[in-house]
Amino acid sequence: MDTNQYLEVFIDESKEHLQSCNENLLALEQNPHDLAIVNEIFRNAHTLKGMSATMGFEDLADLTHKMENVLDGIRNEKITVTPEILDVVFESVDHLEAMIDDISGGGDGKRDVTSTVQKLKMIENGEEIVQASDAKEEVQESGASSNDALQFDEFELTVLQQSREQGFHTYEITVMLRADCLLKAARVYMVFDILEKLGDVVKSSPSVDKLEEEQFDQEFHVAFITKEPINDLQSKLMKVSEVERITITPIDESKANEEAAATTVEETAEVVSKDEKTTKETPVQKAANSVPNNKVTEKKSAQGSKTIRVNIERLDILMNLFEELVIDRGRLQSIAGELNHGELNETVERMARISGDLQNIILTMRMVPVETVFNRFPKMVRQLARDLHKKVNLEIIGAETELDRTVIDEIGDPLVHLIRNALDHGVEDPEVRKKAGKIEQGNIVLRAYHSGNHVFIELEDDGAGINRERVLEKAIAKGIVTAEAAESMSDQQVNELILSSGFSTASVISDISGRGVGLDVVKSTIESLGGNITIESVEGKGSLFSIQLPLTLSIISVMLVEIEKEIYAIPLSSIIETSIIRNSDIMNAHNQKVIDFRGKVVPLLFLDEFFEVPRPEPKHDEFHSVVLVRKGEKMAGLVVDSFIGQQEIVLKSLGNYLTNVFAISGATILGNGQVALIVDCNSLIK
Amino acid sequence: MEKAVDLDSVKVIVFQLGEKEYAIPVNQVQGIEKAMHITRVPKTPSYVKGVINLRGVVTPIIDLRDRFNVKSTVENDDTRIIIISLDDMEVGFIVDAANDVMDIPTSSIEPQPEVVGSFEEEFISGVAKTDKRLLILLNLEKVLHTLK
Repeated sequence: MDTNQYLEVFIDESKEHLQSCNENLLALEQNPHDLAIVNEIFRNAHTLKGMSATMGFEDLADLTHKMENVLDGIRNEKITVTPEILDVVFESVDHLEAMIDDISGGGDGKRDVTSTVQKLKMIENGEEIVQASDAKEEVQESGASSNDALQFDEFELTVLQQSREQGFHTYEITVMLRADCLLKAARVYMVFDILEKLGDVVKSSPSVDKLEEEQFDQEFHVAFITKEPINDLQSKLMKVSEVERITITPIDESKANEEAAATTVEETAEVVSKDEKTTKETPVQKAANSVPNNKVTEKKSAQGSKTIRVNIERLDILMNLFEELVIDRGRLQSIAGELNHGELNETVERMARISGDLQNIILTMRMVPVETVFNRFPKMVRQLARDLHKKVNLEIIGAETELDRTVIDEIGDPLVHLIRNALDHGVEDPEVRKKAGKIEQGNIVLRAYHSGNHVFIELEDDGAGINRERVLEKAIAKGIVTAEAAESMSDQQVNELILSSGFSTASVISDISGRGVGLDVVKSTIESLGGNITIESVEGKGSLFSIQLPLTLSIISVMLVEIEKEIYAIPLSSIIETSIIRNSDIMNAHNQKVIDFRGKVVPLLFLDEFFEVPRPEPKHDEFHSVVLVRKGEKMAGLVVDSFIGQQEIVLKSLGNYLTNVFAISGATILGNGQVALIVDCNSLIK
Repeated sequence: MEKAVDLDSVKVIVFQLGEKEYAIPVNQVQGIEKAMHITRVPKTPSYVKGVINLRGVVTPIIDLRDRFNVKSTVENDDTRIIIISLDDMEVGFIVDAANDVMDIPTSSIEPQPEVVGSFEEEFISGVAKTDKRLLILLNLEKVLHTLK
């Protein structure tokens, strides 16, 4: 089978499943006894195993299988959840992620995982009950196949009972497929699909795995909880083709109870285990709790099915087509303006309005919740905290905040740096915290929210904060500031020193941070995204790193300027103000023309000379138009011929051929269909 | 150009630069456009004329006349931009005229003759003679990559 066309879907879904595994594993660590979580992880792992086996990624399937065994052990209470076991499971998930990454990068997903597999095996075989219980399973399975009717264990009975108390009907559904049915697994899937929309499947006989592998004759049984009446259910299920007969009977409680009693007896007879009885109580209670939980997840997945996957490239194409439409709209508007025809004007106006709405929709389609970046952090924080022997709790707020896809792709690494920094330098060791009168566990809050045309991402910790004296001492020693300048610096300015390159206050260089390269990279990345970062800190109380980002990178506000016949765009985010200066205001300092701008000496850059704009005759003007731009604290004045005005433009790259054109960050298409270049102010200011 | 050798004949687009006729395999050509407004990109080599808006995609334009030191003719109605695509790159070539599409039998292609012996030699993958016409086959990889 040619599986290439499914590869993309496979990768996407695998990533989702792994992410869900990660989240649930973290939840499991908090509630080691919640079997509902284990079941969820198991389901994810199982689906992943099935998918990867189908796609032919044996290594992936194999490792998932091993992990599944351990999860199965936990699920059946043969293995107790400990942080050490979870470490190994996390490790396997890491490997799985690496494999998926490899596959999405065109590799074959092979990876050396022997040590992890060994550890998994050790956990799996770590207890002698394992074998006894395996025997139990076999007995139960053989029992199930010899007798087709459904048998329930205590756990499932409680679920059934609970649902009846909540007003649900419980049915046993027997589905008989036609003898000539070709795609049994497909029909099974369709039946389950219908059932899952209407209620919850509690159990099936044969088991779901066996059904998927078509290991049954023509008939299978399902225990089902729903609010639908029998007739509706029957008619809906009969719509599945190749189904011979559907029999639905209400589950008889007393009979079921008897059966359950029988199975319990059977179990106790088969399994010679001492603590089995004591643990029995817990799953029952948990099951009761898990019923409403299941309902919630069920609803969520129903909502999820209303979305479709669209390749980002298609959205880009859509955007491109739309931009052409906008350009033609501009032309149409000017033609209509010339003709001055009433009806035409009206139509053009309406079209302009509709295309405006369309633009909004297309732009919002490219928005992705920051969750896609945030969701890898809980695991990272857990790992780092363990490595550093610190106790840290990560709180994430506003993960649903949306940002343009292009920003999302870039923001991950800076955040990783910041979180590492917060863990390494911010949150103190448990003993230090105790001495300072804080609780041992440090708290890190990662918060995202919208405000105006910007998105803010904040990272707050309740750690040591920034020590002004130490930072200044270091900065002076490294020659970043002079001792005199240090005196007059505000706290804010001092805090921001830690973002300058070559700065690292940690006396011991650790793996996690402290090479002094991290934070200045953060600053430059964020600035290249058109955002900025500020730090507030109270010594002993903690720090707050606040990142301000533009909502989207593909549409930015610019100031259009003209030099001779050429039009350039200067991003508004770099502009402080524009002004007109006289020739006499220009001063010379070391061959550099400068102006005095509100007491600051600002160097002037004549864009016409810099960009070598061809001029038929040299320009001699008494007045010059200057755009004052900044990069961090530094400023420069760009001299242009004239200002055209402010405009929202769509950012385009210059293509793969013209890469790294100096001082040009991209291009845009103007209303008249011509290309204008965007000036990269960051590279103009040294 | 290995492909060209494998086939019995190769379909090419023939275009004119000064007095000479050049050919590019048709599968590398995305389209032929009339001359349009080119935005100059500063700080690039002189043969990079700038960029155009090709249906919403910003496409760089190279002047082959400048690249091959062919005497520049003034732009007129025949001037065309040939859009070629190679390794994810889309680039436009300014040419004096795009004449026609033709099939060249592989047998008529000769490798690198001494005769040409001019500046563009390194960009040439072969020469084809058909009906008393001399077509110079371009090696696009070289034309584009040596520019970098």
